[in-house]
Amino acid sequence: MENLNIPGPLLLLASALNLLPLWGCLLSLSACSSLIPQDFYSDSPGGFEINLDHRKLKTPQAKLFTVPSEALAIAVATEWDSQKDTIKFYTMHLTTLCNTALDNPTQRNKTQLIRAAVKFLETDTVCYRVEEPPALAELQKNEWDPVVAWAEKRYNVTIGSSTSILGPNIPASTKETFVSHLASYNMWALQGIEFVITQLKSLILSMSLIDRHITVEKAVLLSRLEEEYQIQRWGNVEWAHDYDLCELRARTAAGTLFVHLCSESSTVKHKLLQD
Amino acid sequence: MAALGTPLRTLRALLRELRHAAGRSYRDSPAYRHVLAAFRAHRVTSEKLCRAQQELHFQAATYLCLLRSVREHEALHREYHGRGERSPQEVAGLVGFRLPQQPGGKG
Repeated sequence: MENLNIPGPLLLLASALNLLPLWGCLLSLSACSSLIPQDFYSDSPGGFEINLDHRKLKTPQAKLFTVPSEALAIAVATEWDSQKDTIKFYTMHLTTLCNTALDNPTQRNKTQLIRAAVKFLETDTVCYRVEEPPALAELQKNEWDPVVAWAEKRYNVTIGSSTSILGPNIPASTKETFVSHLASYNMWALQGIEFVITQLKSLILSMSLIDRHITVEKAVLLSRLEEEYQIQRWGNVEWAHDYDLCELRARTAAGTLFVHLCSESSTVKHKLLQD
Repeated sequence: MAALGTPLRTLRALLRELRHAAGRSYRDSPAYRHVLAAFRAHRVTSEKLCRAQQELHFQAATYLCLLRSVREHEALHREYHGRGERSPQEVAGLVGFRLPQQPGGKG
């Protein structure tokens, strides 16, 4: 158990604010896989817990907060640890994602999640093109066409783009391909994927991000292409544009990291064996 | 992927962000140690084409983006959106008035 000390007044403040599931500020990370041996119960969740001031963190629906990956638990603990005078839940994106995955407040099963995700393809940002101004149309062609081409090649599907208000005509086989691809992810990773899609407003950009084809910054840039064009044209307003940009980047990065950490294979173990 | 830069750069920036997030005892924080251990275990260099190294580098870059944008977002929020409402004294002062002082409290 490692303890990280934060000043006493924070504890008083925290209890005064009476925020659930907040308890205090001494933060420690414990691997409960040592308490519940996963070898014995092959179907038990097990995983890692977060302790705040020696009390276990719980989700908003009062379930025990357990995550399947150690790296994810460390990242969540770091999020809690970086809260200073006040607890700002809107900055704790990984914690929020874990809570969503644990509680499933929308009560959707895997099929419904996948359906919601693939449905976004019909209104995918990178498929909707403008005709004017010509500079923007050109920019969209240069920036978005490569991503669409990559997706078509990678998944062996037809997507295309459209300037009509109805959007592109996505063939059913394309949707089927994506449905079966997404079915290979577990429930936690799917929550993360659906979150990223909702943030970027694009299934194609999300998949290229999750497949590590582009970075988070690039994906956010492509998602906000028209905004960036207008900013270059008319100027940047820091308290709106940069604010939204930082928030979108934070959420997208959190979602992507969440997906990767939840669908990780045991690559670290292989490396140790080779040593 | 070409936009990621060298792993060393990502690692240094990530450790710097962790330092900002953690404060004094950043070197003892689990995140700091985990990141260092992961990079050492994979010995990320730009020459090798190991897939696990690329995955780790991408994850590190993503985490770096997360930490950095959360910090910037918070700073922007503090500067532009965190002020809250003005107090009655400030509102009166906007038009040059002062609130009346009532020694016995409000009637």
